[in-house]
Amino acid sequence: MPFKASQSLHDPRRHVGVHAEHISNVSSTDYPGHYPDEDHSWDLVKFTKDLQVKVQRLSNRSIEFDLVGVDASIANGFRRILIAEVPTVCIEHVYVFNNTSVMVDEVLAHRLGLVPLNVDPALVDMKDAVTDQATDRNTLVFRLAVACTRNKLAPNISTTNPEELYTNSEVLSSHLQWDPQGEQAVVYADNPPAPTNPNIVLVKLRPGQEVEMEMHAVKGVGKDHAKFSPVATASYRILPLIILNPEKPVPAHLATKFQECFAPGVIRVDPRTKRVSVDEKNMRKDTVSREVLRHPEFEGCVELKRVRDFFLFNIESESFYPPERLFPEAIKVMRGKIATIRKAAEALLADSDALDGEVEGGAVAETRIPREAGGEGDVIMTEA
Amino acid sequence: MATLSGEEGDWEHLNQTNWRGLGLTDPIKSVEDKWLLLPAFLKVKGLVKQHIESFNYFVDLDIKNIVKANNKVTSDVDPRFWLKYTDINVGFPDRTDLDAIDKSVTPHECRLRDITYSAPIHVTIQYTRGKSVVRRPNVNIGRLPIMLRSSKCVLTGKNEAQLARMTECPLDPGGYFVVKGTEKVILVQEQLSKNRIIVETDHAKGIVQASCTSSTHGGLKSKTYVATKKGKIYLRHNSIHEDIPIAIALKALGIQSDKEILLLTAGNSESYKSVFSGNLEEAAKLGIFTRHQALEFIGTRVKVNRRVIGPRRPAWEEALEALATIVLAHVPVDGLDFRAKAIFVATMTRRVLIAMDDDKMVDDRDYVGNKRLELAGQLLALLFEDLFKTFNANLKSAIDKVLKKPSRTNEFDAFNTMQFQGDHITSGFVRAISTGNWSLKRFKMERAGVTHVLSRLSFISALGMMTRISSQFEKTRKVSGPRSLQPSQWGMLCPSDTPEGEACGLVKNLALMTHITTDVEEEPIIRIAFMLGVEDISLATGTEIYSHHTFVVNVNGTIIGLTRYPTRFVSNFRKLRRAGRFSEFVSVYINHHHRTVHIASDGGRICRPMIIVEGGRSRVVSDHIALLKKLDLTFDDFLRKGLVEYLDVNEENDSYIALYEADIVPATTHLEIEPFTLLGAVAGLIPYPHHNQSPRNTYQCAMGKQAIGAIGHNQLNRIDTLLYLSVYPQQPMVKTKTIELIGYDRLPAGQNATIAVMSYSGYDIEDALILNKASLDRGYGRCQVLRKNATLIRKYPNGTFDRLADAPLDDNGQQQRKYDIIQLDGLAGVGERVDPGDVYINKQTPTNANDNSFTGQAAAVPYKNTPMTYKSPVAGNIDKVMISDTENDQTLIKVLIRQTRRPELGDKFSSRHGQKGVCGLIVNQEDMPFNDQGINPDTIMNPHGFPSRMTVGKMIELLAGKAGVLSGKLQYGTAFGGSKVEDMSRILIENGFSYGGKDMLTSGITGEPLQAYVYFGPIYYQKLKHMVMDKMHARARGPRATLTRQPTEGRSREGGLRLGEMERDCLIGYGATQLLLERLMISSDKFEVNACEECGLMGYNGWCPYCKSSKKMAQLTIPYAAKLLFQELMAMNVVPRLILDDA
Repeated sequence: MPFKASQSLHDPRRHVGVHAEHISNVSSTDYPGHYPDEDHSWDLVKFTKDLQVKVQRLSNRSIEFDLVGVDASIANGFRRILIAEVPTVCIEHVYVFNNTSVMVDEVLAHRLGLVPLNVDPALVDMKDAVTDQATDRNTLVFRLAVACTRNKLAPNISTTNPEELYTNSEVLSSHLQWDPQGEQAVVYADNPPAPTNPNIVLVKLRPGQEVEMEMHAVKGVGKDHAKFSPVATASYRILPLIILNPEKPVPAHLATKFQECFAPGVIRVDPRTKRVSVDEKNMRKDTVSREVLRHPEFEGCVELKRVRDFFLFNIESESFYPPERLFPEAIKVMRGKIATIRKAAEALLADSDALDGEVEGGAVAETRIPREAGGEGDVIMTEA
Repeated sequence: MATLSGEEGDWEHLNQTNWRGLGLTDPIKSVEDKWLLLPAFLKVKGLVKQHIESFNYFVDLDIKNIVKANNKVTSDVDPRFWLKYTDINVGFPDRTDLDAIDKSVTPHECRLRDITYSAPIHVTIQYTRGKSVVRRPNVNIGRLPIMLRSSKCVLTGKNEAQLARMTECPLDPGGYFVVKGTEKVILVQEQLSKNRIIVETDHAKGIVQASCTSSTHGGLKSKTYVATKKGKIYLRHNSIHEDIPIAIALKALGIQSDKEILLLTAGNSESYKSVFSGNLEEAAKLGIFTRHQALEFIGTRVKVNRRVIGPRRPAWEEALEALATIVLAHVPVDGLDFRAKAIFVATMTRRVLIAMDDDKMVDDRDYVGNKRLELAGQLLALLFEDLFKTFNANLKSAIDKVLKKPSRTNEFDAFNTMQFQGDHITSGFVRAISTGNWSLKRFKMERAGVTHVLSRLSFISALGMMTRISSQFEKTRKVSGPRSLQPSQWGMLCPSDTPEGEACGLVKNLALMTHITTDVEEEPIIRIAFMLGVEDISLATGTEIYSHHTFVVNVNGTIIGLTRYPTRFVSNFRKLRRAGRFSEFVSVYINHHHRTVHIASDGGRICRPMIIVEGGRSRVVSDHIALLKKLDLTFDDFLRKGLVEYLDVNEENDSYIALYEADIVPATTHLEIEPFTLLGAVAGLIPYPHHNQSPRNTYQCAMGKQAIGAIGHNQLNRIDTLLYLSVYPQQPMVKTKTIELIGYDRLPAGQNATIAVMSYSGYDIEDALILNKASLDRGYGRCQVLRKNATLIRKYPNGTFDRLADAPLDDNGQQQRKYDIIQLDGLAGVGERVDPGDVYINKQTPTNANDNSFTGQAAAVPYKNTPMTYKSPVAGNIDKVMISDTENDQTLIKVLIRQTRRPELGDKFSSRHGQKGVCGLIVNQEDMPFNDQGINPDTIMNPHGFPSRMTVGKMIELLAGKAGVLSGKLQYGTAFGGSKVEDMSRILIENGFSYGGKDMLTSGITGEPLQAYVYFGPIYYQKLKHMVMDKMHARARGPRATLTRQPTEGRSREGGLRLGEMERDCLIGYGATQLLLERLMISSDKFEVNACEECGLMGYNGWCPYCKSSKKMAQLTIPYAAKLLFQELMAMNVVPRLILDDA
């Protein structure tokens, strides 16, 4: 019978202590063998019951949601995958035909690489590392040809505004022209590849200067280069918890000061009695500035905690994916990894020789990890 | 009642706001923003302006004086001939190419074309031609290199747009020269002041001496001592063999009576009299009583410059001349009136007597008031005088040569001779400035290292170089005095900016608000002094000079008179100065110890402006500042109105200066403009320097000059030998006022990195930094290195010339790989990638280029390949190719090759607090810790960097930077001011952060919160020029030196890594003989020799040439260096014999 943990936020076992100069109980304790006489072995039923995911806010470019009931390692795993392993398509090779701008080729190429593209990575294959052959399945071609000229029709001669004086005074991401190759015109017909943001300034030009180049975009992952990361940031914080001490109430004359020690809306002060209370619903708004711990008059009045397995995720998308799709994509990558390990583990079990004899050599050789899954599998396998 | 109400009315009237909204009872408002005087000051003076002003003084005034002093050329052959210079003018820089249509030239063109930015020197001459006198204006006698931004420079007075058209950076300070394409600075030289008495004691030898270095304009420098020897006082001078007893010297100077000597030296005080009496006895013992006897005495001891012509003069005449012209040459002797000089010598003697009596009455050599700074103008003036004199001497001998000829076909015209004088003056200037050797035999001056190449590593390094002062002191001497910080440096010289190591304390930098004076004529000053009631010194006797109420008045070290009311005199004198009746740079102060008043008008004094305080109130009030803000007033107006004035070090030390307005007391005379101006331009970059341990600021001053950033707005048009540029420079989040004033915010060198102060991974020990890989991917710390490669396409004297060729084909008709990027013109294409070994200039040289007997067709000669190949191990790109020609018509090709680098393991970074570190590990973003907002640090810094370094300023910078980010404002970390920690904390709290700047971070690896709070926020980080890519080196096999056959040394020669003496000692100690043998011989320079067992000499091929036998030959392996040593010894008639034994 699995141990039934309290669902309450006020279960001290779920708390991380926030003190003036340190943080206590950062690690979870709900694993087998930590508490005598309690069974903490993993249980799917219990897990599914405890697990909660709730979207709090969703906008065009970002999502905030709660992930409750998982260990930090799982939440962190998703965060790491979001940053480093969800693939996207970005410009990787730049062929410069002409560049008379003030910006040198390498820097301009670097900037082009960082432009997020509106391409569904599912439609693009990972370029083969061995052959490095560019095909219409794994490479998208963009062209950029911009020349700056004087604007003869400039309305105001005395102006110094380059946008009025010249045409194409700025090379923007919208100047990138997709050049369909092979069957790409059909495949990408619904959503022709282009930068997600048309207004990124790549370089500024003045009359007589021009840039002309061809770019090849490929699929890659964030751990290879940050430009492939689909997120501006993906992170979480754990839920702040404020526990007032009923034994020592906050003095009425200090109520406002107490309130100001927290983020707005977290602490309610009764206008009449000046009694302070915590707004449970707004508690998540607190930034845990620990300001209250600085004032000696509030010593003992309040305890600051954070809930260890209550993750407030915040993902800002900066790629093809709408923010709500990113987390499922991360799960997909995670599942791929698990499948790889599972396959390797099963192969290990099936090959009884491997258990006795040449563990490393045999196992790894048989269970070659597909490239997409990355190197993580390798590490686990060699330790097996 | 009526009276009462009336009285009340009176009071009410007083309480009313009656003057500009202010009432009598209102508190006195302090002058806000008086620091605005600083930018106003920098507009007219300061930092680099002293170089420029000094050069302007030379070019506009001094050069005319020099010519006036040497204006006549006569001939020994024809006494009727003369040539006179009536005027001299320096023109504006122009092009020297004869066929040029547009003569105008810009400094940048000179940099690119390796030519000199110089202007012609024109003179107007008058001379005799036959019987008539001819006047010729605008005769060119040579060219003078022109200081950038000086009055003769084309950049002066141009606005930003005009400067941009000349591809010149508006923030470039100027003050340097462009000579043969390199930018050369004449550093400020520090010297002991001239014409002043310095009294010193040597306790070990028991010597007291007063010395005085005399220097007159354009004259010789000589040093005169009045020193004790065995309790007696002597006069010593280089041109006199022996020390002259002081009484004899004074007698020779016309003070014959012992009584008068005693009065002028010891005065009326008994103790001095008794100490001095011995000296009078000595003169008597030597039998010298009269002036004539004294002169004879000295005359026999004078070193005489034997002139060829003229009869030998009697000794007393020699003595008279020596005393009049050589000894203490700066004291004027009018028509053998030695009175002034006698009093000067007497004063020196008295100072010795005083110092003998009281140890403390000596002068301090290191006191800044006793120093003078020599600037470019003065050095150039000396050089010009020397060159001009030589020019005239050459001219004279050339004229003599012509005039000597008995019959001439046409009338002699000296102008023609002058035209054939060559470019002595031009080449003299160019040589001196480009080599830095100022060797002027005429002035016994032999100085090397006067000029330096302007360091263009960063904007700050260039600016820092312009404010640098180098001392004449030897670097090897182990004295601490000249190196230590002098209290009188306050506000004049930067206390932080000095190098570490051997030049520590000897190389200094000017503070922000200093100015260095140029010479001011002293005659009018003397006249004013006399007008203000000074009594002429030559009318005074010892009793008056040393009486209790009189003060001696000195002008530039010469005694001119006496005053009995020094305070009144000084205050009147100052009033006249504040009224602008004479130069604002004339200083006056009272020395109470010596009871003297000193007036100084000489050049090279350091001074700085200060607000005048009168009656306990600052003369500058808010209204003035308001007008200044509106640009209605300039700094010069403040001077003219007597609101501010310049104080030199001596006068400063005679003033009572309040640091802040609140500190003003009734005795206060001046108010500081802003305390942070005591730091220099380089130290001014440091935020909160007043919170740092002082050496840290010094370290930052050294490192700020190595930071990679923007160099100038023309940086992409420059072709420098080596240029480091930052790809994305940022202005610091935490600025200082200095940063804005010098323009560092417009040409920054660094980036605002988010720092987490925590330990991570163990690869951060010893100040190593952890970098975030994603930050590097996004462009953090990215830099470009541009290297110049230049070559000349020569024309040879024999008519042949170099040529450029397109890529050659090999035997198979294929183009070789290394010629890939060569285009049809023989040059690499711009933008092409250059791989190691690639050719980028395919030059060919005629095989007989140096064969001067060759007379054939230049086009038909055979050529050999002399290409320029790319040597760096890392590929680069061709950034620029420039083809031009130099002054002597050789084609010049410059190729700029660029590398773009992202930070890698081992690259050096530093904050602005002397905290440097190398990158120890580059971590993926997902592994980095993150805070509640999801922010990862760009850099993780180990907290152990703090306790021992005590760089609290860095912590405050982080706090202020974080507050600045959160509030969307730049914060200030100006020294002795800046944003307050309390305000910063408040901003943090308001934005939901902890007041202390410490955040709660989550580990990127485990996903759990970190147990400690981490100091987290932005700090401005500089990437320094030291990068592993330029340093890493290893070799297994490689080139060897020809002479010794040992591996070469150094990375550039792909050299070996030396197993040095200490390493050798270790191996010997350990007994690892075989390893030793292998390291020192087998892997180095092993050599097989044949040696004869019989004679012990070396032979060859099993044959001993000495024994003429091959019987007893043995073969052995020795280091080649040993073989070489044996042979060298044999060459010197020493026979080393090898005694062989079986091992």
